[in-house]
Amino acid sequence: MKVGILVETASKQIKKTNLGVITAACQEGAHVLYALMFTGAAENHQEILQSHGVNNIVTISAAGADVDRSPELKARALIGAMKALDLDALLGISSSLGRDLLARIAAELDAPLALDCVGVDVAAGTVVKSQFSGKTLARFKLLGTPFICGLRPNVIPPIPYPVIAAIVPFQVAIEGSRRLQVRSLKKAAADEIDLTEAEIIISAGRPIGSAENFKILKDCAKELGAAVGASRAAVDSGFAPHAMQIGQTGKTVSPKLYIACGISGSVQHFAGMKGSKVIVAINTDPEAPIFSKSNYGIQGDLFAVVPALTEALKKQRSSESYP
Amino acid sequence: MQIYVCIKQVPDTAASITLRGPREFDEALKFVMNPFDEFAVEQALRVKEQTGAGEVVVVTVGRESAESVVRTALAMGADRGILVTADIRLLDSLATGRALYRAIAQDGSPDLIFTGKQSVDSEGMQIPYRLAAAFDMPIVNEVVSFLLANKTVSVEREIGSGMREVIDLALPCIIGATKGLNEPRYTRLPEIMKARSKELKKIDINQLGVAPAAGRLELMELFPEPERGRAMMLQGSVPEMILELTRLLTNKEQIL
Repeated sequence: MKVGILVETASKQIKKTNLGVITAACQEGAHVLYALMFTGAAENHQEILQSHGVNNIVTISAAGADVDRSPELKARALIGAMKALDLDALLGISSSLGRDLLARIAAELDAPLALDCVGVDVAAGTVVKSQFSGKTLARFKLLGTPFICGLRPNVIPPIPYPVIAAIVPFQVAIEGSRRLQVRSLKKAAADEIDLTEAEIIISAGRPIGSAENFKILKDCAKELGAAVGASRAAVDSGFAPHAMQIGQTGKTVSPKLYIACGISGSVQHFAGMKGSKVIVAINTDPEAPIFSKSNYGIQGDLFAVVPALTEALKKQRSSESYP
Repeated sequence: MQIYVCIKQVPDTAASITLRGPREFDEALKFVMNPFDEFAVEQALRVKEQTGAGEVVVVTVGRESAESVVRTALAMGADRGILVTADIRLLDSLATGRALYRAIAQDGSPDLIFTGKQSVDSEGMQIPYRLAAAFDMPIVNEVVSFLLANKTVSVEREIGSGMREVIDLALPCIIGATKGLNEPRYTRLPEIMKARSKELKKIDINQLGVAPAAGRLELMELFPEPERGRAMMLQGSVPEMILELTRLLTNKEQIL
């Protein structure tokens, strides 16, 4: 099969989470992979892409249309490439950008789409995705080609599969349109790491007590290279913005490590973070439900435990730097 | 301004889902309006209040029992409702989108359509996009800020890492709402009473020419996510527990 990969970059690097998508699509060389991207500097990415099984790096340029200002036009350019290359499937990350573009493409093509998948079998055309906000899983068959699938970040570890990748420039002519335009980007909060794609997350519940107190989590997050999240209770109490909320009505996350501080562990919270590989719970209440479905538990006050963890990580790091 | 809001009846977010057979779950649950749809209804009502004219029509596809969420939206202040009845709980997004499109197109000419950004049960995350393609309208999903001025809509959408895109789009258009957009209003008893007599039209999905079986996502099986067991509780003083934790995360889990 011919499988397209919607490639996302951050700071001019291929996103790490994208490599897992490539591994999922590759199925140990069973398919011909086309990485679709909008950059001219494909050579910079050739090494990393071909070492993971990408056979063709398709650099799309759309004459006469400002695709960076219109996700609608960007989707149309991608559809142009998919049609010209006769792709059987398109895979991407179920990131904020990926979800939007994949859904635009699927809707325009009237093609089947499954987002936030935790597994895919490209040859069979089946996916596994959460239902009821992670309370159960479901296996679906996507009927028809091309089918489109967005994978939850971090669920599939990248596995190297070295091949030689060709760089294929692709020019597409699309009609310009101004009915939808990204006017600007705006910094709304100071958090640096994207929660949905973070490898480590530390989050707090209502016991954090105030917005200012999140500083102790941020200090720890800095040592961990982590993103900072919050429970619905902390958000509804005004201690953190909505963008930080993890759970059924917030973000779904799937880090390698999730540290829950003062979070009791409601069904709704678990719905948003149960896909984490390792869950560490810190809570004063030994009967808190969070301890019933976590890997490691610390019964203690987050205000004592989190700063102690920060200090320990600092020491660990300095002993690594100066052996 | 003719405004449509697409909503969905879903299991209460506090409910646990118990599987009954390969494709069924225990439906003896409390069902509510999809939480993200509440932001959509609220925003539609605010636009009507702002423009001072027009109509807010709530549309849903679901079982007969989904009437309850339409009544909730009517109690919030929507003018009338359309319930497309389909005797299937997990209808796929393509069929649902098509049914919503036909129900709306048959009813009137929309200037604005609001939806929630996704449902919390099937989590298809694509209805607003399917509608946009069917109507050939621009769409922005996951909207946290909405402004209508001079026939132009300006919205903000979170894209992660604390960043937001500011996007302008022309009317008519489709907006997928998410938490942060507004605070949905509470309904009071007089309004709930009044909602009972508001117009609610029922249409069988087959009358719209949408065969529920014509979906493109075939549910093969539902199965529980493997649960992790009880946490291994670390022992000792705080420094001792932290030492043990960093050791476990470094050596055993190989994360740090």
